[in-house]
Amino acid sequence: MSIVDSKSSVTQNILDALGKSGNKIAFIPDQALVNAIRYIDENGFPNNKHEDYKYCNVEAILRKEFKTVKNQFNPYVSVDQFKLKDCFNIVVINGNYSESLSDNHEGFELSTLDNSKCKNYITRLAEVTSDALIAVNTAFSEQGLFIYVKNSVTKSIHIINISSATENSFINPRQLFVIDKNAEATIIETFVSDGNKANLFQNHVSEVVLEENSKLKSYRLQDEDSLSYQINTTQVMVNRYANYDTNTFTFGGAVVRNNLNVVLASDACEAHLNGLFVSKGNQLIDNHTLVDHQMPNCQSNELYKGIAKDKSTGIFNGKIYVRKDAQKTNAYQSSKNILLSDDATINTKPQLEIYADDVKCSHGTSTGKVDEQALFYLKARGIGEESGRKLLLQAFAQEVIDKIEQEELQARVVKLFEKNL
Amino acid sequence: MITIKNLHANVGDKEILKGINLEIKAGEVHAIMGPNGSGKSTLSGVLAGKEDYDVTEGEVIFNGKNLLEMSPEDRAREGLFLAFQYPVEIPGVSNINFLKTALNEVRTYHGKEEISAKDFLALVKEKQKLVELDAKLANRSVNEGFSGGEKKRNEIFQMAMLEPKLAILDETDSGLDIDALRIVANGVNKLRNKDNATIVITHYQRLLDYIVPDFVHILYKGKIVKSGGKELALELEAKGYDEIKKQFENA
Repeated sequence: MSIVDSKSSVTQNILDALGKSGNKIAFIPDQALVNAIRYIDENGFPNNKHEDYKYCNVEAILRKEFKTVKNQFNPYVSVDQFKLKDCFNIVVINGNYSESLSDNHEGFELSTLDNSKCKNYITRLAEVTSDALIAVNTAFSEQGLFIYVKNSVTKSIHIINISSATENSFINPRQLFVIDKNAEATIIETFVSDGNKANLFQNHVSEVVLEENSKLKSYRLQDEDSLSYQINTTQVMVNRYANYDTNTFTFGGAVVRNNLNVVLASDACEAHLNGLFVSKGNQLIDNHTLVDHQMPNCQSNELYKGIAKDKSTGIFNGKIYVRKDAQKTNAYQSSKNILLSDDATINTKPQLEIYADDVKCSHGTSTGKVDEQALFYLKARGIGEESGRKLLLQAFAQEVIDKIEQEELQARVVKLFEKNL
Repeated sequence: MITIKNLHANVGDKEILKGINLEIKAGEVHAIMGPNGSGKSTLSGVLAGKEDYDVTEGEVIFNGKNLLEMSPEDRAREGLFLAFQYPVEIPGVSNINFLKTALNEVRTYHGKEEISAKDFLALVKEKQKLVELDAKLANRSVNEGFSGGEKKRNEIFQMAMLEPKLAILDETDSGLDIDALRIVANGVNKLRNKDNATIVITHYQRLLDYIVPDFVHILYKGKIVKSGGKELALELEAKGYDEIKKQFENA
């Protein structure tokens, strides 16, 4: 690990700790590994000088909360509370698939990343030279999880990502989902903690491939405890006629940063990205999305809503690229936010870069307070301040909550939403 | 029912109400008429508890209680109802959920049990008929995408559901065609009884053909300058506000 000599002592400590616990990464191609280590060496962890991490200073978080990293975990976690009925519940503990705690499954393939089928995909989507956190994950990945859907799966696949540290820990969970030609699947990802006793930094990377004419309905529920820090990078490739629909619900976690990068790589495919968060206390919840229209006749829709309370910070940054060849693109993006306190912050930034001339694109963003006129109208009918506000906030979130087709998950999200208001 | 004594109210530094006195008893209908800017909407806003106004002087006693000390929701729970001139659209909140929440909060305030789902739906069905409100509208978001007439009918529907002691109809006739006006007025008339009272705020005599008032008051420059029976409205309609303006220019 001499290559990181030039890095700050914190970066050095973390990389040393990761290096010691390593040797599990046979599935990462040699060249990617070399590139990753070189990239980390040259760039270190991103700080607020990086445009993309302006409001989410990873280096500062590590310097403050992860002075020592020992990667010690609690061997006993309770997962039953997080399971969903009528799903294949798959358990991943601190980034490693646990066969013994997972339900039996059928109709799709499931393994660690140490699987010959992964070779065609792994590191192809998540380029190590695009982001230092991807590079770190690539160099120090856990055993991870691989899901391969050859034929449509009718039951939802529910991945419970659970973390539990007894000493400050830095983990690099990695997952790869491949939905093969003409197949359909629903994947629910839950991110939770159980019995954390120390700070846990989760540098999660997922690669998701939708082959021709496939369909993936994806849900993410992020509700970790206040010792958890999560950078979640998802690199998605959508091929011809395929349909990717993802919905991210974020409630818990000290810091949650989602990098959701979707490439519409072939013609006539589509992507739907929706999100809802409630931030409170000193939480920072940051959704960065990128939709890259590379080919013609594709469409993308994006709707993110956020509510920021107390001294929390909510961030939405949505990039849309429409490349030269992506004629007849339809791309829509909307970000709406409500501030519930004078000390809360929302930073929202839409970015459109359009290089084709025959396209329909629009974006809109708004940040405001609860509609006082509407609140007065409710009060004038006898509804009190608190329940009036709650009604209005529920109404605000409903549009995103309505996207959930899985009943039990929807009830869980509603419950968490109301609990966090 | 309600006694308004020497009520003064400001918007910012500007005094809008300059000493209103009014006494309304159960079973009565009072019309308040006046030209634009005379303070009609301010009066209804102050009574309902809108925060845009500062009451600088005077008092309002509503069924023996000091109205001005109550929160807007408590005024509603005590039986005051304002039919809005511009009903607010609330996307995402269904009319039904809104009304059920309102009804139950009023009931809880009075120490009553929450209404059962079955009784609530029966009540909705019954009261919808009163204002010929399409059943579909009840399930839509509050006022969202409603026509002007539908919004006003929805106000009266809410009034029918909540059965207030005192209803203030703020320019309920504005934006209504003659058919809608008739439906709205019929609804209001059916809800009238000896135990409740109504204040009808309007520019025009037209509505008073349908909702016949016991008393008519003319508001001008923040004061009631003239009161009389229903014939006063007719007189006003014939002569216009100019004469009133001339007479009370320096009031």
